[in-house]
Amino acid sequence: MIYFILISVLLLLMIAASVYSIIQKDLLYAVLATGIISLILSILYYLLQAPDVALTEAAIGVALTTIIFVITIRNTVRMEDESDKKEKFKSAVK
Amino acid sequence: MKKVLVILLLATLGYYVAGTYFDIGFGQPHFIKGLLPVKDIYLAQTVKSLKVSNAVTSIVVNFRGFDTLGEVTVLFLAVTALGSILYKKMNVLGERSVLFSSSSIVTSGSKLLFPAIILLGFYVFIHGHLSPGGGFQGGVIIASGFLLMLLAYENYSVSHTALSVVESLAGITFAGVGLLGFMHGGTFLQNFLPTGVLNHLFSGGIIPIIYIAVGFKVGAELTGVIYTVLHEKGESNG
Repeated sequence: MIYFILISVLLLLMIAASVYSIIQKDLLYAVLATGIISLILSILYYLLQAPDVALTEAAIGVALTTIIFVITIRNTVRMEDESDKKEKFKSAVK
Repeated sequence: MKKVLVILLLATLGYYVAGTYFDIGFGQPHFIKGLLPVKDIYLAQTVKSLKVSNAVTSIVVNFRGFDTLGEVTVLFLAVTALGSILYKKMNVLGERSVLFSSSSIVTSGSKLLFPAIILLGFYVFIHGHLSPGGGFQGGVIIASGFLLMLLAYENYSVSHTALSVVESLAGITFAGVGLLGFMHGGTFLQNFLPTGVLNHLFSGGIIPIIYIAVGFKVGAELTGVIYTVLHEKGESNG
């Protein structure tokens, strides 16, 4: 029973982090939320007795993917801007 | 005439595809009629004849070794594509586009942690046939160790030549060990070394050799990816 409750809480946290990363306009926070999704997912893999996959998910999902996105954000823009998107679309159409 | 030929060809193809589809016994313990369940064969062979205690490793490297070679190739192609896109902008090697200023606590702490992370990575892929983990996981852990050093030190550099040499040698080792199987057993990636005793470090035949090669390859490739992305001179911010 406690196992079931633990897994349900982790899954709900994952859903919450995913929704947060979609609605967040600051891309840095959105990327950190996706890192949290990967972290919870690796804990879930460990609980479901797949330690191999848990190691991979922890190393790739939490460390490497997050840091590559952070470097990309440092190199480009940090805030998601709707007017910016529209202007880019206009210039692309022209 | 052309349309009739096309329809005939499609009908023949469809007949054989449908035949294969109906042969699969969905929901039954015997996936293909007349054969033993494949999981039982794998689990029995893993302990009995391969002497490997980690069943995942024996499936990834031995029974499905060719798929692992394909995975390594996919990763190699992705890294090559990334390098070919970003290489043009990298006019001065060693000049980095992103600077994360770090305090002395971070620099000395990462200097202390770096050997421990590298050791953990090597441990994970050397003991891939005994404990959870393997080449991919160990390689990624090594790459994250290099990532820590690259973030903490502004002028930390990794030699691109050394990375490509390590990567090529590891790839050649994987393919070469696979080809040696032709000489000894008859199929690609056939085991030809003595399997040893269960739960010993030197056991499992060619599985540890292949996993060490995969670990070096993945570690070198991902370190190269991080280095390239960090040193990419973006045009947007000048």
